[in-house]
Amino acid sequence: MVETTTLKDAIAEFIHDGDSVALEGFSHLVPFAAGHEIIRQQRRDLTLIRLSADLIFDQMIGAGCARKLVFSWAGNPGLGLLHRFRDAVERGWPRPLDLEEYTHAALATAFVAGAARLPFGVLRGAPDHDLLEHTSGLASVQCPFTGETVTAVRAINPDVTIIHAQQADEQGNVQLWGIQGIQKEAVLAAKKVIVTVEEICEKFEPVPGGIFIPSWVISSIVCTPGGARPSYVHGYYGRDNAFYQEWDTIARDRDRFTEWIEENVLGCVPA
Amino acid sequence: MNATDADLDYTPEEMMTIAAARCFRDRATCFVGVGLPSVAACVARELHAPNVILAYESGVIGAKPTVPPLSIADPELAETADFIVSVPEIFSYWLQGGRIDIGFLGAAQIDRFGNLNSTVIGSYRSPKIRLPGAGGATQIAANAKEIVVIVRQNPKAFVPSVDFISTAPCKGRTTVVTDLGILETDPSSGDLILTAQHPRVTLDEIEKATGWRLSAATGIRETPAPTVEELRALRDLTARSKTP
Repeated sequence: MVETTTLKDAIAEFIHDGDSVALEGFSHLVPFAAGHEIIRQQRRDLTLIRLSADLIFDQMIGAGCARKLVFSWAGNPGLGLLHRFRDAVERGWPRPLDLEEYTHAALATAFVAGAARLPFGVLRGAPDHDLLEHTSGLASVQCPFTGETVTAVRAINPDVTIIHAQQADEQGNVQLWGIQGIQKEAVLAAKKVIVTVEEICEKFEPVPGGIFIPSWVISSIVCTPGGARPSYVHGYYGRDNAFYQEWDTIARDRDRFTEWIEENVLGCVPA
Repeated sequence: MNATDADLDYTPEEMMTIAAARCFRDRATCFVGVGLPSVAACVARELHAPNVILAYESGVIGAKPTVPPLSIADPELAETADFIVSVPEIFSYWLQGGRIDIGFLGAAQIDRFGNLNSTVIGSYRSPKIRLPGAGGATQIAANAKEIVVIVRQNPKAFVPSVDFISTAPCKGRTTVVTDLGILETDPSSGDLILTAQHPRVTLDEIEKATGWRLSAATGIRETPAPTVEELRALRDLTARSKTP
């Protein structure tokens, strides 16, 4: 049976320098607390994987955790560019960042193939955009049945996937609901899985459209109330839009960013 | 248009948003992102397209936002949706499956063929400006029956050749709505040509804002100016978005 543990112990046990780590949650249920613990434990050379690489990856990249980014979009949702990501790509600060870049549909396909332990997944149409030149995980192939040209996308199997969910029960099963993103596929594609949850309850109330993840695919469960802030958790708390706006100013400047990380992440005790 | 409408004062930005709102057809399935497409969608829903079906790449289908969302996965979108699907499902069954009528997109650069760049300014390996990247746009343009691109018209955005093709041209109809006019694909040449100019905008201004020799369609139209109702809907929406 899956163990419930502390965030500190879960990250210490399962995340190692050089690992490939997916943190999923599409604007909803973003595992911020886990990302911050990775920064606190100063993990290095990680390959970070995420469709919408938003603030949490900007923070991890700026803090020097990442060697490589696997992604399909990197911005501050609705507001614009990610300044720490830009600084790493444009000027190599705090260290150069390799990119493995997809479109949302392509990276989603890579996770689906990964979850099914297939070597690759397929997208409709030839890859007629310039990512084909730069991304080794994309190729143009022919359908063996119709001859139609389609895009092959190499499967992704992260060493570890981390997600945040609403609830775990006492047996260590997990339930999440609302916008479900690609969490289920990211979990099933990974070798190890850490789930942070808002609360642990005796028994689940079934929720319409909820996703159930059984305890036996999870490596570690951590009760982390507020673990998705400043993103939101459907049924628990709202999105801190003001912080997303503030981040634009904080992240623009290296010193201001470093100060913020020291004060709000490095200098904090984990939940 | 009546006499009062013609005397209304409005900004080029408002004209652009309203021209984009008119591209939403009632009951059409429309794939939208945040920013101008979502603002235009909200205006359309209040006026001529109350039954438009809005789909967001976060997996939200049939959302009925009353204010434009800040992110494509805002709680209001989830709460007002007809249903919510996973990210793989929205792209595979609903977009690739051919269920989307119109895709609404933005871009940092567009060229005469309708290639869109939202990835880099400069070279990919050492970019001058690293932009967010393609996100959902590539497959939206590849799979929606038609697309509407909303982009401010100036020589930095309307370039002879995009620095990076994030999104190849849509095989269906392409309409580009700008703050100066409307461009559409010319069926014979495949190039984008000017089919409408907004009121009070001269052809000369439009040509100067375009980085290639822009042809005008024969029988070029003047975009109808925003009506009282359209402007009221847009301004009420803007006011509501600012109130927390």
